[in-house]
Amino acid sequence: MITASRDSRGIVLEGVAVDTPLRVQPVDALALQERAARLVSRSVKRESKVAGLELSVRCVDLTTLEGADTPGKVRAMCARALRPDPDDLSLHPVAAVCVYGALVAEARDAVAGSPVKVASVAGAFPSGQSHLHERLEEIRRAVDDGAHEVDIVLNRGALLSGRLDVVHDEIAAAKQAVGHAHLKTILETGELGSYEMVRLASMIAMAAGSDVIKTSTGKLPVSATPPVALCMSEAIRDFGEQTGRVVGLKLAGGVRTAKQALGYLALVAETLGTDWLTPDRFRFGASTLLNDLVLQLRFQRTGRYPRPGDLPVD
Amino acid sequence: MTTTPHDDTATANLARTFADYAPSIEGRDIVAIRPRYGLMIDGEERDARDGAVFSTIEPANGEHIAEVAEGAAADVDDAVAAARRAYETVWRDMPGRTRAKYLFRMARLLQDRSREFAVLETIDGGKPIRESRDVDVPLAAAHLFYHAGWADKLEYAVPGMTGRPIGVVGQITPWNFPLLMVAWKIAPALACGNTVVLKPAETTPLTALLLAELAAEAGLPPGVLNVVTGAGATGAALAAHPGVDKVAFTGSTEVGKAIRRATAERGTRLTLELGGKGAHVVFDDAALDQAVEGIVDGIFFNQGHVCCAGSRLLVQEGIADELLDRLRRRIELLRVGDPLDKNTDVGAINSHAQLERIRGFVDEARDDGAQVHQSTRALPGKGFYFPPTIVTGLGGSEAICREEVFGPVLAVQTFRTEAEAVARANATRYGLSAGVWTEKGSRILWMSQRLRAGVVWANSFNRFDPASPFGGLRESGFGREGGRQGLQEYLTLSPVTA
Amino acid sequence: MSDRVEVRKTYKLFIGGAFPRSESARTTAVTAPDGTLLAHVATASRKDVRDAVRAARGAQESWAGRTPYNRGQILYRIAEVLEGRAAQLAGELEAVGVPAAEARADVEAAVDGAVYWAGFADKLEQLVGSVNPVAGPFLNLSSVVPMGVCALACPDTGGVRGVLGLVCPAIMAGNAVVAVAGGPAALVTSTLGEVVATSDVPGGVVNLLTGDHAQLLPWLADHDDVDQIDLSGAPAGIAADLRARTAENLKRASATHGAEDLRTAMAFCEIRTVWHPASI
Repeated sequence: MITASRDSRGIVLEGVAVDTPLRVQPVDALALQERAARLVSRSVKRESKVAGLELSVRCVDLTTLEGADTPGKVRAMCARALRPDPDDLSLHPVAAVCVYGALVAEARDAVAGSPVKVASVAGAFPSGQSHLHERLEEIRRAVDDGAHEVDIVLNRGALLSGRLDVVHDEIAAAKQAVGHAHLKTILETGELGSYEMVRLASMIAMAAGSDVIKTSTGKLPVSATPPVALCMSEAIRDFGEQTGRVVGLKLAGGVRTAKQALGYLALVAETLGTDWLTPDRFRFGASTLLNDLVLQLRFQRTGRYPRPGDLPVD
Repeated sequence: MTTTPHDDTATANLARTFADYAPSIEGRDIVAIRPRYGLMIDGEERDARDGAVFSTIEPANGEHIAEVAEGAAADVDDAVAAARRAYETVWRDMPGRTRAKYLFRMARLLQDRSREFAVLETIDGGKPIRESRDVDVPLAAAHLFYHAGWADKLEYAVPGMTGRPIGVVGQITPWNFPLLMVAWKIAPALACGNTVVLKPAETTPLTALLLAELAAEAGLPPGVLNVVTGAGATGAALAAHPGVDKVAFTGSTEVGKAIRRATAERGTRLTLELGGKGAHVVFDDAALDQAVEGIVDGIFFNQGHVCCAGSRLLVQEGIADELLDRLRRRIELLRVGDPLDKNTDVGAINSHAQLERIRGFVDEARDDGAQVHQSTRALPGKGFYFPPTIVTGLGGSEAICREEVFGPVLAVQTFRTEAEAVARANATRYGLSAGVWTEKGSRILWMSQRLRAGVVWANSFNRFDPASPFGGLRESGFGREGGRQGLQEYLTLSPVTA
Repeated sequence: MSDRVEVRKTYKLFIGGAFPRSESARTTAVTAPDGTLLAHVATASRKDVRDAVRAARGAQESWAGRTPYNRGQILYRIAEVLEGRAAQLAGELEAVGVPAAEARADVEAAVDGAVYWAGFADKLEQLVGSVNPVAGPFLNLSSVVPMGVCALACPDTGGVRGVLGLVCPAIMAGNAVVAVAGGPAALVTSTLGEVVATSDVPGGVVNLLTGDHAQLLPWLADHDDVDQIDLSGAPAGIAADLRARTAENLKRASATHGAEDLRTAMAFCEIRTVWHPASI
């Protein structure tokens, strides 16, 4: 049973799956927004830019989550994942491909033998509004089909109605269900109403065993934003300090340009440290971002503006 | 997460290369710096009558930038006479609506030439280009724009009162926000129908001169805005000049007091924006990460060359260690260096003399047994730099807790209760600014009613806006600048008669 | 005609709610135009200045902490009590040579002025303060801060209104005052202490010193714990020197002349601006 109490300093979570009570820091929205805005506007040039672009490619979860997804579409996407730029085979593959559960096997076969992971959304994505046993069954099935990573959604309904134990226990159950695979928990920050709630949700999700906390499903108009990314990064740092555990961050939805990606890398680097600038700990969940990264890298390589239409369609 | 078969070493190298941020230097070529600058009197640029000049130095490297005319009493006479002429023949009786147009034009021109002004400001003053670009220049334009709109609405400035211009205003501005302080001063003065003789700080005269050039570009009639560059003697001549009806000064408390004495005989109207020793009070329920940002903005913004800087941190005992840990880690991230680098967070100290003064305070604190923690990042080898510094183990009676250091140096003390926080915060001869970090709204209001400061920032610090009155209590000076309340400093009020 | 022997009044200072004689034990003889002795009025010394400032400082914070409504009611109470004492005060002015009609008009003006400032107390904030439209998500409020301790140089020839015309607006804004008047105003200034003392004004908020401007004002202008000096009644010859003396602690120098308008109210207060974020 998880309980949240308040002392003079803010919220304390007790009864979670970590040894010590967890302190959830209050958040001041305006100062958070301004710090985030300043971090993402770092001026990244020359060799730092090239490094950031290459790093971003390595951290992409190339994603397709459409009703119209087919095996053919997934195969095409996996081909891009393995060779992000057909004109530059030295470019490292992306971190993972992310698909619906029904297409996990297809993706697994397409990336077999490569460093590219298969991630699957599961657990009544994107709403999470089905019975727990069905959600858990979906998670187990995705892992059985070969998913290395499972992206589930946090129960926002339970969180917003104050049932923190439900939020926590469902994630803990999902963690059990994924076994050796990685659990990435989507907070769907666009539905949480405040940064305070983002920080609380982050702490609960991490305490319950998530390997990664992730901003969004990508199905809402508001997805990853710099202040949300900063808020979650600070929660990850706090959690690490309080428990000694390392948790990853995934920004999903709304990250479309290389400039945004470089900004987020700066934000993470200056909040969590450069140790977090690795696909083990940081991901961009995106579909169109990869194209812009590749185009920017081409420009850096050739000094000429490339033609977007030359890129393969996945 | 466990390790994946990715190429970890290559990834780590990329991460380092990325996070080191290759230099991103703002180009100097946008501004054409001349070898020599004159005084701007009656719409003409000219040398000082005695031909005297002084050198303005680039703090980032200690090198000479340009020679600037050094005005003496005779030049001040000329400027005041020009201002008087312009006041009586053009500006005073010009419809407010027309005056407004000139100020609107100036605001727009400043926006058009913002990059040029930002680069020149950074070269001459040493502040990071990010600040001159994102704060100083846009706010300067905002001050002109805001006050332009008042020029034809002065009957609303004070209820029941008719406001008329005062006459010739002498304005003396400091080196910490050279352009912004000039805009801050001339905008309300001109909007209210006064004419101006401006004496900008001797270490940073160039943007004021460029603004005078811009005023001419805007068609501002000759003599409405005159600039007499020079040092303390020039300013003293201006403040004591019998033809000056009002003096507005921003600078040190010491000089402010001298100006008070110099203007006592004539009873010249006076606005003084002087020093401060702002207290930044952090309660145990504060949003700590953001409080850290507020503290950083409060004391390391503009190298701490800010009269309203939050130079004293008062932290509630229960969170002192945790807050200071976070703060120490945070200052390691501050990039101290070339002010023209867009990623520089803390630029150059404005002058060698100021650098020595800051060193003196910190050395004295260290000798007194205080603990001095400084960022370990390497400083540039050339130019005037000082690392972000946090001083703890203080009792409150040390000079570093009482005197204005005007540098990137934070003096830390602890407190237990609200009442103690207020008492400690108010234990100063100054009264300019204060900050409060707490999640409790009623505590913010209670504190802000008791903190003896002209500006209180709740869960924020160092925010400025032309619509928001700014100014001090006690020895931080008097008069307000900005907002409706700031206008009356440049008006003679008389009751509206039925 | 009654053979009753009249009880004469001792004209004393008013400091901290009490009526001490001058610490110096000096008095000044106040006489009628025909030379008849009217009273030996206490002559305040620099030590009385010191005591009065200390009393004012001690009372100021809680006075400022009262609601403007409460301060307004107390100012109105001053007007009520003053009305009841009108004949006495007018008589004290007449005794020093002020024509009867003028004396009566002066006291009436003082009563009406007190009523004016009574009604001002809970308007000041709305007239002087503001909500400022800053370019950001802030509630930006400018509100009134009293100066603190105000020294008031009341004109010797200003009668009752000359004293209350400075005292009322100053305390209206939440200040505590040390007022100085002498000469023809000495008798009424001393008697005003009795008015103030019976008007629910907390001790120390108003301190009245009878004495010599040239002697007392430099001490007030130099005093580091005085926040403002109003020079309305300062002799012309010493005003510049007094202004120069304010430099040491940068106390505010004003000369309101007790005008019953917003300028006077503004002269007795300053502005504090509070920035409060409005965001979640």
